[in-house]
Amino acid sequence: MKIIVAIKQVPGPDAQVRIDATGKWIEESDLQFALNESDAYALEEALQLKEKHGGEVIVVSAGPERVGTTIREALAKGADRAIQIACDDLGTRDALGVSRLLAAAIKTENPDLILTGLQSEDLGLGQTGVIVAELLGLPHATLILHVEVLDGAGTQAQIKVKRELEEGWFQTIELPTPAVLTIQSGGNKLRYATLMGIKRAKTKEVRQLTAAELGVDSAPVVLLEQVSMPQRKKSTQMLPGNAQEAATALVEKLKFEVRVL
Amino acid sequence: MSGILVVQEAGRKRISFEALAFGRRLAELTGLAVETAAVGDPNETIFVETSGPPIPTSHAVRHSLLEKYTSDGYVPAFEQLIRKLEPSYVVFPHTYQSRDYVPRLATRFGQVLISDITGIEAGPIFIRQLVQGKLTGAYRHQGDGPCFLSIQAGAFPADPPQAGKTIILTFQPEIAPSDIRTRPSEPFRGGSQTVDLGSAQLIVSVGRGIKDAANIPIVQELATALGAELAASRPICDNGWLPMERQVGSSGQTVSPKLYLAIGISGAIQHLVGMKGSQCVVAINKDPDAPIFEVADYGIAGDLFEVVPALTAAVKAAKQ
Ligand SMILES: Cc1cc2nc3c(=O)[nH]c(=O)nc-3n(C[C@H](O)[C@H](O)[C@H](O)COP(=O)(O)OP(=O)(O)OC[C@H]3O[C@@H](n4cnc5c(N)ncnc54)[C@H](O)[C@@H]3O)c2cc1C
Ligand SMILES: Nc1ncnc2c1ncn2[C@@H]1O[C@H](COP(=O)(O)O)[C@@H](O)[C@H]1O
Repeated sequence: MKIIVAIKQVPGPDAQVRIDATGKWIEESDLQFALNESDAYALEEALQLKEKHGGEVIVVSAGPERVGTTIREALAKGADRAIQIACDDLGTRDALGVSRLLAAAIKTENPDLILTGLQSEDLGLGQTGVIVAELLGLPHATLILHVEVLDGAGTQAQIKVKRELEEGWFQTIELPTPAVLTIQSGGNKLRYATLMGIKRAKTKEVRQLTAAELGVDSAPVVLLEQVSMPQRKKSTQMLPGNAQEAATALVEKLKFEVRVL
Repeated sequence: MSGILVVQEAGRKRISFEALAFGRRLAELTGLAVETAAVGDPNETIFVETSGPPIPTSHAVRHSLLEKYTSDGYVPAFEQLIRKLEPSYVVFPHTYQSRDYVPRLATRFGQVLISDITGIEAGPIFIRQLVQGKLTGAYRHQGDGPCFLSIQAGAFPADPPQAGKTIILTFQPEIAPSDIRTRPSEPFRGGSQTVDLGSAQLIVSVGRGIKDAANIPIVQELATALGAELAASRPICDNGWLPMERQVGSSGQTVSPKLYLAIGISGAIQHLVGMKGSQCVVAINKDPDAPIFEVADYGIAGDLFEVVPALTAAVKAAKQ
């Protein structure tokens, strides 16, 4: 089974994000970047499928040069090779613009499965995988926790996936391949890269592509015009002092104002 | 029509009516008229029950192949309805269902869904969260073609119902059985639910700030001292540090305790929707700009590894 996993590099969970000088995006210098969390689960699912059924796992990522580090991380965890789409204008492309890049790069590979994360932690669009499916004319399923390969030859469905619904409900979906799945976090336990893996990653192929080579222009229909700090709606009473003082002050509040002690 | 089409979801009345409330705000700003549409027959409650002044026209999208939700069925059905009505805006509630098919639907029109909207300003400018709520983004739609929007739960309060008459038109799309490539099962509940966080009065909830499974006892001790239930954000349960049934949020439990103490939780919207009904929210977070402080009554900006043990000791002392 040939599986492509779309991975995105995003600001790390502990990153202090600040607004940049244009007021249209975040200041990227001094920022720590990491692999998007649900993409890590998509990669894990792909690696486990490969371990069970054989085949190849290829990661694809679009972005500036820095995404190379996240690609290496994926290769160190066990992906076989990578496609890096050089693209410095990620911030001004809309979801369709990014999806066109990914779809063009994926198309020539003819994979059986395309996995993406459910949602990116910076833009939080939750759309890219679904749009890629439409661009490639493939069926899709979203919010997937597990993928099972069905072996009954001759049946229409080739995979059965477990989909998360709201508030603790689930469903299964059977669908033919090739297909696109967007992976929700939590379905598997994530692996760490081993030393051996890190060493091997250095020798693995990373194919470099550009937007121009893929023949994809970027005129967006949706524009992010401005970013700002959120406004506080509720007046939060901050309790000052060191840990001891703040804790004592909070206990007073819990006792006399919230009345739960 | 060149108006505003608000698509409702039969099983999700509340958030559908919130999307309708948003549609009315958009109508005020643009001077356009609102119509609604939903999949189902005209006797479906989503058409019968109202929210706010009656909508003059509703469209009941009916087809035997739409009885079970699939994106393969919904995309062509709404594509045909939108081509017929030619609305300028199409509004959806942001649900697991709409996020499954609307991006695909928008692509058919060369458009991009502006998803998970929390606010609207003159322009119209659409406001949504970025970087997990740490920042706010202002978006504009440009060019021709319908503008697709989805509305976050709780952002636009639904209007109280008013009496009146709505004309319900049936729309029968053309869909072939071979269009439907996916076979969904009936929904089922995951695992056994042995903890009932929904009725807990006091909740201590822990997030990724706890860093490691080995540190969970720090918050467990505080919960025990308070006589509170222990809950968690999603990554804690994803990692298996606490069982899934203790997860609070859109894909976990919804809670409304007297006290919700959020420790090392950033306050992503999917978490907030599960605990917004709490009477008193206390947040402990080392980042003074963490979005959780936007919904907290009391906040301590500090390191949980210092604050929580101090708090546990202070609670124990107060209870003696
Ligand atoms: C469809 C969908 C459904 C989802 N459903 C849910 C759901 O049901 N429930 C849910 O919770 N999430 C859900 N999520 C995930 C959600 O978007 C967030 O990723 C998640 O809530 C973040 O968890 P967190 O706050 O624990 O972690 P983070 O966002 O990583 O935040 C950790 C926080 O800890 C603070 N911190 C770090 N170290 C310390 C320290 N020493 N002392 C004090 N503070 C510290 C940091 O400042 C930070 O604010 C869902 C996401 C999607 C896309
Ligand atoms: N620039 C990118 N490069 C590779 N994959 C991406 C990129 N942007 C988005 N994706 C994938 O699409 C998913 C959803 O992203 P989004 O639609 O931005 O929420 C992510 O989790 C990634 O798997």
